[in-house]
Amino acid sequence: MLILQNISKTFESRPALTDVNVRVAEGATHALIGSSGSGKTTLLRITLGLIPMDKGYVKLNEQPLSSFTPAQWADRIGYVPQDGGLFPHISGRNNVSLIAKLRGWDRDKIDARIEELGNLVDLDAGVLARFPSELSGGQKQRVAIMRAAMMDPDVMLLDEPMAALDPLIRRSLQQELKSIFQRLEKTVLLVTHDLGEAAFLAERITLLHDGKVVQSGSFGELLHHPADAFVTSFINAQRGVPDAASVAA
Amino acid sequence: MRLRSLVRAVWAFLMPALFAPALLMPAVGRAADAIIVGGKIFTESYILGEIAAQSIAAQSSVPVERKLGMGSTGILFEALKSGAIDVYPDYTGTLAEAILKQPQLKSVDEIRRALIPVDLVISAPLGFNDTYAIAVKDSFATEHQLRTISDLRRVQSTLRAAFSYEFMDRKDGYPGMVDNYQLHMDSQKVTRMEHSLSFQAIDDNAVDLIDVYSTDAKIKKFNLRLLEDDRGYFPVYQAVWVARKAFVDKHPQEWQILRKLEGSISETAMQDMNAQADIQKQSFAKVAAQFLGATAPDAESGAQKIWQRTREHLWLVGVSLLFSLMVGIPLGIIAVRFHAAGQGILIVSALVQTIPSLALLCFLIPVFGVGTKPALAALCLYSLLPVVLNTFTGVRGVDPRHLENARAFGLNRRQVLLRIVLPLASPTMLAGIKTATIVSIGTATLAALVGAGGYGAPIVSGLSLNDIPTILTGAIPAALMALIAHAMFEWLGWALIPAGLRKNQ
Repeated sequence: MLILQNISKTFESRPALTDVNVRVAEGATHALIGSSGSGKTTLLRITLGLIPMDKGYVKLNEQPLSSFTPAQWADRIGYVPQDGGLFPHISGRNNVSLIAKLRGWDRDKIDARIEELGNLVDLDAGVLARFPSELSGGQKQRVAIMRAAMMDPDVMLLDEPMAALDPLIRRSLQQELKSIFQRLEKTVLLVTHDLGEAAFLAERITLLHDGKVVQSGSFGELLHHPADAFVTSFINAQRGVPDAASVAA
Repeated sequence: MRLRSLVRAVWAFLMPALFAPALLMPAVGRAADAIIVGGKIFTESYILGEIAAQSIAAQSSVPVERKLGMGSTGILFEALKSGAIDVYPDYTGTLAEAILKQPQLKSVDEIRRALIPVDLVISAPLGFNDTYAIAVKDSFATEHQLRTISDLRRVQSTLRAAFSYEFMDRKDGYPGMVDNYQLHMDSQKVTRMEHSLSFQAIDDNAVDLIDVYSTDAKIKKFNLRLLEDDRGYFPVYQAVWVARKAFVDKHPQEWQILRKLEGSISETAMQDMNAQADIQKQSFAKVAAQFLGATAPDAESGAQKIWQRTREHLWLVGVSLLFSLMVGIPLGIIAVRFHAAGQGILIVSALVQTIPSLALLCFLIPVFGVGTKPALAALCLYSLLPVVLNTFTGVRGVDPRHLENARAFGLNRRQVLLRIVLPLASPTMLAGIKTATIVSIGTATLAALVGAGGYGAPIVSGLSLNDIPTILTGAIPAALMALIAHAMFEWLGWALIPAGLRKNQ
């Protein structure tokens, strides 16, 4: 279980996060949603241990972040950056195995783990041998998931996994991603600005606005029992196509 | 992937192996107790240097080394002060003007006394006066009825002149001459030019007027006429030996050997010797030997010479490159990390680049003496900028998202640098190293001016002789070396730049 408790962060006297609480249940997929400037990226960076928080704590299975070394923490949190964030100078396979090599895994163990993960995300060795510039958007995303899962972390943390993809590919990849999450059997924290994506992939959604949690719950709860007017307007703004009733014939 | 690791392993092994012989090669240093004869970069100085070296070698058991063709007066003077050379031929006028800065000193005795405080000793005159003179083409002189320098006033507004750098800058050269003769030349038409090229320029009618030394053999060859110094403006330039006092004290016999040559070289003898070297293309050693009535020492074969120069050149380039890598790459990385220090580093290394190479060599001689050391120091400084700048540019150009991601994956600083930053910056860095290498190969030819040898030696002596084939024996191998370096870097690019980056290019 990943717990973000009472987290506050101020950048040069401008509050970025105020008393934020997020609880991601074991094995659940949880979405952190908000428009740009809502504080979701700051919360993500704090959770990754990249920047310190002013108040509050991050706990993983009852152990606080501060009790881990950066490398230990990185191995517990499998991170999938925006657009996959693959290093362009090494092949997909070497992106996946980079950390394991630095941790001293032997070749057989690395090979076995890559094969296992390759099957899981449906990527064969031929594709993995390519360089990032030779991979499609969906392939990059899957290589990035393999890299994040390589060290068998407790939590997968995905930053805007679909943001850079074509809308049509997005639809089919969302389905894939959902089944990959199921097969991985991992706790997942997903950061996104897309409510549709959050509703499709996650059981629970935490909506951030101006550095504060506005509401936390299932999509249905947000839709039918909005905590305030902002929730409704956020949901309506994301509908994309206007209601038939509001459009003149 | 296996092939690539293999290539890298081989390279890691080869790189030191390539440089090791060069590093182990004894620096072209000073043999114990040898007498070192210096000389400037023009024919007469080469010949006189040879005469001095051969005289001592024939009559004494002390070994003699030659450092001839060492650039201008400033370099020779510094070399003499620092003990990098013991003796060289120079002229009384030059000593008074350029070294003592007391142009009013005229007689040999006055100059000798003035040199005592700086621990220098001069001989009596060798017998000829080689002063500055102004030369025009014979045909030009006839056409405009020019006989004296004063006659130039009649054509002063249209005169086109090419003067050597030293002549232009010395008070007893051009500035004093126009003052004394009330000449008003159009400054747009007065060009500064390397002395040996000015003969070609006047022959091609590109200029009307050049400065020459009065014993220069090329005066005859190019049908030039010397204009009479009707106001007696130019000082007397008696050739003398200039030596360190320490040398005279330590080797009195050898100093006496040189002094036996006093008064023995007449103006015509010197002109003839200059002609033998300049026009008949005989070696300086042979010309000097003929004058001394001896046989010339055996010359090394062409192949031996080229091999020797190649080793010297490779050593200069290799060591300076190694230095610029060891210092330049860390400096480039520091420059990215610490902004203020970075600006300082970049500005200083750019400033060094703007110092003309001859001037830089001159600054370095008091510190390093002459020979390989100042040449190496100068090359190291010159090759620093491309390495620092390209490391800086390459490292700074790495997408910051990759750096943050690497930290999120738990890479420590060293791992981020070695696994992410340097590989991503490597194409830019390698381009800088390649620039540094090729520039070094070119710049190292100037090392001959401070006696460091290399391909510059034939270029320097060929320039002073206006002898294109000799110049080419240095210039062609230098160009070949640059081509080989270029090919080597193409291969290195394949071996060292990560494949994922190459495919994008």
